[in-house]
Amino acid sequence: MSEPIITFNKVNKWYGNSFHVLRDIDLTVQQGERIVICGPSGSGKSTLIRCINRLEEHQQGHLVVDGVELTDDVKAIDDVRKKVGMVFQQFNLFPHLTVLENLTLSPMWVGKMPKKEAEEKAMEQLKRVRIAEQAHKYPLQLSGGQQQRVAIARALCLKPKIMLFDEPTSALDPEMIKEVLDVMIEMASQGITMICVTHEMGFAKAVADRVIFMDQGQIVEQNNPHDFFNHPQSERSRDFLSKILGH
Amino acid sequence: MSAQTFQTIAPRPAPVQTEGVLAWVKSNLFNDWKTALGTAVIGAVLLALLPPLYRWAIANAVWVADSDVCHAASGACWGVVREKFRFIIFGRYPFEEHWRALLSTTVLLALIITSCIRACWKPWLAAMWVAGLALYFCLMRGGVLGLPRVDTDLWSGLPLTILLASLSMTMAFPIALCIALGRRSGMPAIRSLCTVYVELIRGVPLISVLFMASFMFPLLMPQGFSIDVLVRVLAGITLFAAAYMAEVIRGGLQAIPKGQIEAAATLGLSYWQTQRKIVLPQALAMVVPGVMNSFISTFKDTSLVAIVSLYELTGAMGMAMNADANWRPFRIEGYLFIALIYFVFCFSMSRYSLWIEKQVNKSKLR
Repeated sequence: MSEPIITFNKVNKWYGNSFHVLRDIDLTVQQGERIVICGPSGSGKSTLIRCINRLEEHQQGHLVVDGVELTDDVKAIDDVRKKVGMVFQQFNLFPHLTVLENLTLSPMWVGKMPKKEAEEKAMEQLKRVRIAEQAHKYPLQLSGGQQQRVAIARALCLKPKIMLFDEPTSALDPEMIKEVLDVMIEMASQGITMICVTHEMGFAKAVADRVIFMDQGQIVEQNNPHDFFNHPQSERSRDFLSKILGH
Repeated sequence: MSAQTFQTIAPRPAPVQTEGVLAWVKSNLFNDWKTALGTAVIGAVLLALLPPLYRWAIANAVWVADSDVCHAASGACWGVVREKFRFIIFGRYPFEEHWRALLSTTVLLALIITSCIRACWKPWLAAMWVAGLALYFCLMRGGVLGLPRVDTDLWSGLPLTILLASLSMTMAFPIALCIALGRRSGMPAIRSLCTVYVELIRGVPLISVLFMASFMFPLLMPQGFSIDVLVRVLAGITLFAAAYMAEVIRGGLQAIPKGQIEAAATLGLSYWQTQRKIVLPQALAMVVPGVMNSFISTFKDTSLVAIVSLYELTGAMGMAMNADANWRPFRIEGYLFIALIYFVFCFSMSRYSLWIEKQVNKSKLR
């Protein structure tokens, strides 16, 4: 493995005065690594990945993404956001724009790409997530699984080095989860750095290089999927795994 | 399997009538005893009111412009409208120059109607507005091209109403947008400035704003410096309407989920790009009814400028009636006439708003 692409160094974050949501986070992510973060709700998983593109700001410690340290410097934030794509639990597609317009918005307005070129690139991404035939529909006319695939395509249009997934399948009906996971698995085989908050343990086993277990704002345990699932080290991860795998 | 034998089913009459006038009456007016009672009560009230109204407004009404005939008749005197028509519509604007007011107002209305058509929302529309307004003021004010000069204090009647309403609305909207965005700004100075503005303006009635604009403002200005009263009043109405509209728009801004802004941020959009491309299109689509409410009330609020000696439609009407003792008793007919004019404008605005709502909400159709 080469140079780390993301480095958390003793990162701390509080919500308000009292809620210590991230506690002394130390984490290094290598280029091309695929990481799954799991843990009980409220453990700080989403906050952790939202710090990487500064949707949340940390108050202590250092966080470096692809050589850029995240501070209050707006330019640094812009720099980082250009390299980091994100997929949300609630899709967050723009409902007033068509699928194609959702995809071309940023390339055209931020990347100053001509419309025609942006549309061609967008169609490529839509084909990649197998939804090209819906390009001229509005997001609300699609199913949840289709919407999430559009959201993935939208993030990919920026050619990000890093993709963050914040519980991408949690808002989906069971039969739609697979179509989204298939797209993510295919992406995983193409060398992009992926950090995924999810409870889909099947996905973790299939593609993750490393599973990180968080509880109460701390990284409790990290290991390769095989060892994590078969020999969890801590009491808390054993307890968590028994709950989500037990049914 | 046994062989099926075909048997004709004899035609039967439909169970209950479900179409036609009778069925509609039954299901909508006499469905149960409560609706039937309501229908009966409303029907009785209409029966009592309509015949006398008909006798007054039509059967016994006078249509000729003759005040003696009117005094003798028991019905309405529509002749007053025929007699005073031009004074009601154009007020104090010089009689021989009425054509100029008519022509320039037609230009202004044409501009407004063009701006209402979605296909015309192009850059050339702004140029058309500049050219149209220049033409408007040349025609109305004169002093050029051999047209006698007509000062703004003589501008009155329907042209003045339309001028005040359309200009204050078009100027108030962008101001309201900025105020609404400002009230949600992350910068405390801008936020409190906008809040103070809204609270200050909402705290006083429009009448006092107009008084300030027309009487107080000149006192505060240095000697020899004056701004046209029409401009001052226009500014007053604009600032007043903007405060209310800003709150309507802010309501729409608040309804946009935080995830939309976060998604825009992850795509690298700047604050202004996010507002322009993501937040405002969705927020404004939601507040079309509220904004149209503001527009309609601004249109009607223009009648208050009469208290600062500008005679728009209502003021011109009052002046036309008061000036002539022969016709003074028939002011009710006159007021009904201008009420009809107000209604036509306000109703068109509300129908337009419904159409716009349908246009902007197309993406929500499944």
